[in-house]
Amino acid sequence: MAAKSQLDGGTAQALLETMWTIRLFEERVTELCGTNEIPGLTHVGIGQEAVAAGTCSVLRRDDYVYGSHRCHAPAIAKGADLGRLMAELAGRSGGYCAGKGGSMHIVAAEVGFLSGTGVVGGTLPLAVGSALVCRDHGRGQVVMVFFGDGAAQAGLFHESLNLASLWELPVIFVCENNGYAEFTPLSAHTKVERLASHATTYAIPCRTVDGNDVGAVRQAAAEAVETARGGGGPGFLECLTYRLRGHYVGDPAKYRELSEVGEWKKKDPLQRFLEVVARHALLTAEEVEAVERQARERVEAAAQTALASPPPTIDQTESHVYA
Amino acid sequence: MPEAAQRELTFLAAITAALKEEMARDAAVMVLGEDVAVGGPFGATRGLAEEFGTARVVNTPISEGAVMGVAVGAAVLGRRPVVEIMFIDFITLAMDQLVNQAAKLHYMSGGQLRVPLVVRTQCGATGSYAAQHSQCLEAWFLHVPGVKVVMPATPADARGLLKAAIRDDNPVLFIEQRGLYWSKGAVEEGEAGIVPLGRAAIRRGGEDVTVVALASMVSEALSAAGQLAEEGISAEVIDPRSLHPLDLETIAESVKKTHRLLIVHEAVAQGGVGAEVAMQAQLAAFNYLDAPVRRLGAPFTPVPYSPVLERGYVPNAAAIVATVQQLMRE
Ligand SMILES: Cc1ncc(C[n+]2csc(CCOP(=O)(O)OP(=O)(O)O)c2C)c(N)n1
Repeated sequence: MAAKSQLDGGTAQALLETMWTIRLFEERVTELCGTNEIPGLTHVGIGQEAVAAGTCSVLRRDDYVYGSHRCHAPAIAKGADLGRLMAELAGRSGGYCAGKGGSMHIVAAEVGFLSGTGVVGGTLPLAVGSALVCRDHGRGQVVMVFFGDGAAQAGLFHESLNLASLWELPVIFVCENNGYAEFTPLSAHTKVERLASHATTYAIPCRTVDGNDVGAVRQAAAEAVETARGGGGPGFLECLTYRLRGHYVGDPAKYRELSEVGEWKKKDPLQRFLEVVARHALLTAEEVEAVERQARERVEAAAQTALASPPPTIDQTESHVYA
Repeated sequence: MPEAAQRELTFLAAITAALKEEMARDAAVMVLGEDVAVGGPFGATRGLAEEFGTARVVNTPISEGAVMGVAVGAAVLGRRPVVEIMFIDFITLAMDQLVNQAAKLHYMSGGQLRVPLVVRTQCGATGSYAAQHSQCLEAWFLHVPGVKVVMPATPADARGLLKAAIRDDNPVLFIEQRGLYWSKGAVEEGEAGIVPLGRAAIRRGGEDVTVVALASMVSEALSAAGQLAEEGISAEVIDPRSLHPLDLETIAESVKKTHRLLIVHEAVAQGGVGAEVAMQAQLAAFNYLDAPVRRLGAPFTPVPYSPVLERGYVPNAAAIVATVQQLMRE
């Protein structure tokens, strides 16, 4: 509890804002998938908001972030414009990627969100490479890369950790361990119970934290980021969390017991943080209410912006193939 | 001979049927892949684990490279693994084991080792899955001696070719086009419907132009042929079914009759299968050609996400009609 009560009102407000924004954004995304305004394969991370919100809250604007296929949350937490993000998901010309990328391939370069990936594990080595450049810049920038527990069994994961360690690069590996890769639990993928122990193998300092406790996530991230900024090399954060929805929007997720989902609903990171905020009187009830209302308004405005943006025209297909 | 029993199946169900039948027939056949024991994302392996157990229907972690190698190692000891690569886009991660190990072990061992491996995967731009979940990469593998490449267009062929692929003693890349998964067709039962690799099917006879079409382009070519017939152009539509071995004879015979050839695939036209077929066909039938061989494929760009762009990206019947009309004027 110590970490939570250390939060000041301003920080609490910022964290709450980010978490509400991510939650409401992804709920709106889910609706727009239902009405076919958003096509394709869309993965939401409802229930995992504390991971992106907590970790990215200690980043600077000139730091960089890479995501996985479930990448709306870190993009938002890094400061991506909601309207351009939503427009991209809707395949519109006003989207960040001009309608060419979509949900798994978000790039918001202006805020340092460098890329999600459709290929599991695909952004891990990219993050290491960007960290190489950050090290050479000498400005104390860091790179943070998000990936799921499923990615930890990929060859590139291990090769990337080793390189980051060997070259002492300022990269923080953030494992969103939500217990499942698609339709199977982590226990069906590995005998390794603590994925953070892979970091130990590669001599990278690591922490396993309650990923639904935004204060704890922020605290652990702050330490790793400080080390990396100071030239102390990479860090690894395993955040234990749960996706409350299916693997992709539309997945009925029948492979999980309802009781299990119910248990995790009780640990909803947003509700938990609201309790912390109230218990420690970090914000007034009016302030809390205003945060939610404003997030709702911003998300709705984003949806309207997105839907007002025209689809790309056919002649756009062949642009951007080469620089 | 009694008429073979038939039933109406979707392409996906035909795949499942072939896997079931071959697993029942030969205890060496096993299936490996992500979530295959729970049916996989499209349900192609549904019911297999219940019937054959999880020692033969093996769920794997997201470790495409190692899994491909594991399958090769099992194959050289007599298993007949069917590896599922969920999207052909991810085959890149298993390329080393497939290209450098699987394809070459028989050769490099002077024939001592065999790799009776099937790699099942799916491809194609539908549903806005975007650039890393939509590619058609079949042409890459035509460049790798030691690998066979199969692309069925109908449920009957999906079953018949998969059965043949599983019985083949070589690595076979079996590419399913996602857009065909829910298409239906009559499928034979028992041994009757086995389709040997390397035999094309003439889907529609014609006199004026030969259209060689791959996978989902077969139905587009057939509907184009219907429209062209109204203009008095008679198109012969050939489905090669397997790309290596390629049934050049059927294609060349057709070209000798029609004097014109168009090859259509969804994959990017540049460097695609069309180039190889054109090369082989002109060598076999140069003196019979009345016009340059043409090809139709996707533009030279990654697959766009936006539905509007995706729709425009994939070749269709209208584009085939237009290309044939042009070809007839040449
Ligand atoms: C290389 C590769 N293999 C398989 C897939 C199909 N796939 C998409 S998401 C996923 C599960 C990923 O699980 P995890 O890394 O734990 O992330 P989560 O979905 O839980 O966020 C799989 C297997 C893929 N996208 N890329």
